[in-house]
Amino acid sequence: MLEAQNLAARRGCSQLFSGLSFRVAAGEVLVVTGANGTGKTTLLRTLAGLTAPSEGEIRWNGKLQLPFAPELRRALAFAGHAPALKDELTAEENLSLLVELAGGRAGRASIRAALDAVALGRRRALPARVLSQGQRRRIGLAKLRLIERRLWILDEPVTALDAAGAALLANLVAVHLAGGGVAVAATHAPLGLPEERMRALALP
Amino acid sequence: MRRPRDAPAASRGPWGAARPMLAGEGAAAPVAVDEEGGAIWPAIRWALCRDLRIALRSRAELGVQLLFYVIVVTLFPLATTPERQLLMTMGPGVLWVAALLASLLSLPRLFAGDFADGTLEQIVLSPHPLPALVGGKILAHWLTTGLPVVLLAPALGLQYALPADALLVLALALLIGTPTLSLLGAIGAALTLGLRAGGSLLALLVLPLYIPVLIFGAGSVDIWRAGLAISGNLSLLGAGLLLAVVGAPFAAAAAVRIAMD
Repeated sequence: MLEAQNLAARRGCSQLFSGLSFRVAAGEVLVVTGANGTGKTTLLRTLAGLTAPSEGEIRWNGKLQLPFAPELRRALAFAGHAPALKDELTAEENLSLLVELAGGRAGRASIRAALDAVALGRRRALPARVLSQGQRRRIGLAKLRLIERRLWILDEPVTALDAAGAALLANLVAVHLAGGGVAVAATHAPLGLPEERMRALALP
Repeated sequence: MRRPRDAPAASRGPWGAARPMLAGEGAAAPVAVDEEGGAIWPAIRWALCRDLRIALRSRAELGVQLLFYVIVVTLFPLATTPERQLLMTMGPGVLWVAALLASLLSLPRLFAGDFADGTLEQIVLSPHPLPALVGGKILAHWLTTGLPVVLLAPALGLQYALPADALLVLALALLIGTPTLSLLGAIGAALTLGLRAGGSLLALLVLPLYIPVLIFGAGSVDIWRAGLAISGNLSLLGAGLLLAVVGAPFAAAAAVRIAMD
């Protein structure tokens, strides 16, 4: 499914990583680990097509993907550091805007059901400004539930989540993988997934 | 945990061929489709509605910009002589320069907010065509900052003793010219994303591009008052607007993608 060959990236004049090759098959999650500043976020952004690698290539379903390739954009759900929420809008408005932006169509009922599932049902009418970091993350989880994507790229998905939130995330990823999805996650905390589904990649 | 699975994900374009027809959307209204297979109108509508809604929730900021415009225009008669003839001569120019500055003042917010909170990442990774999303944002920017300037201009022009017909010509020229300001400004706003001195660099980048609009816009009132036909000036403003409409969303979209790196 997702394949990288000889990937290299640099930030300024420092080489972050080079010669990185891996393959993630359907139903597998690639867990990227490494100390701060080793290029986890850069690798994830490169895989998502936000930046071009300085060397190497990325293939999705065997096809070469250049940055912003439409095919990859239709297959991808990217959850970066920032949760992409507008402070002025309510949780419900934020979620439905994010789903629509991803090309999905969610009615009011399914939006509310998704917010209920991440325990934000009673806070759906609050502006995102007053939500905690963990609650903001949970809106991102609700979005993953609502949009249909084969490839999930998650940057530090466990950050700011409490135990219940982390369990929600693990459950979500497990269902995604069981459905033949692919995931890449950069994380320091364990994801709580079965070993056989996980492939590890440690950045030097 | 249940997940809706209505169609295989791989074959499902965002608004692609498999999209069901909506009520009232027949063969008479074909959906415009770009080369990437995404429909343009839903993308424009998404960005337009979203930015308008956010603008409505932060009305105070819009009010400040409009007040800035009003004050700048009002300062000139106070600072110069209250001589009728002089005011009439410089009025259109002052109103145009103030419109330029008001547009410039609001431009950094066009993309910077979305850039800071991660929305811009989601926008460039969306299956919707990026120029259409950017175009919708520009349209919302004009509706919230350019249109109020146009509507206020006749009232503010009274301070310069401009006759009613000249005020109408002024408003008409601003109506055609200010969208061009938003469109050109969006390119500059996207190019200066993430830069430390972004605001001042934006002014240096964009103001020279505004000059032709300024010349033909402010000039149209003088020509009208001299009793000549203004169709030439307005046509040039219109031509500039058309060029900007066709080109600016693509240029701004390309600049937004560069800013992601």
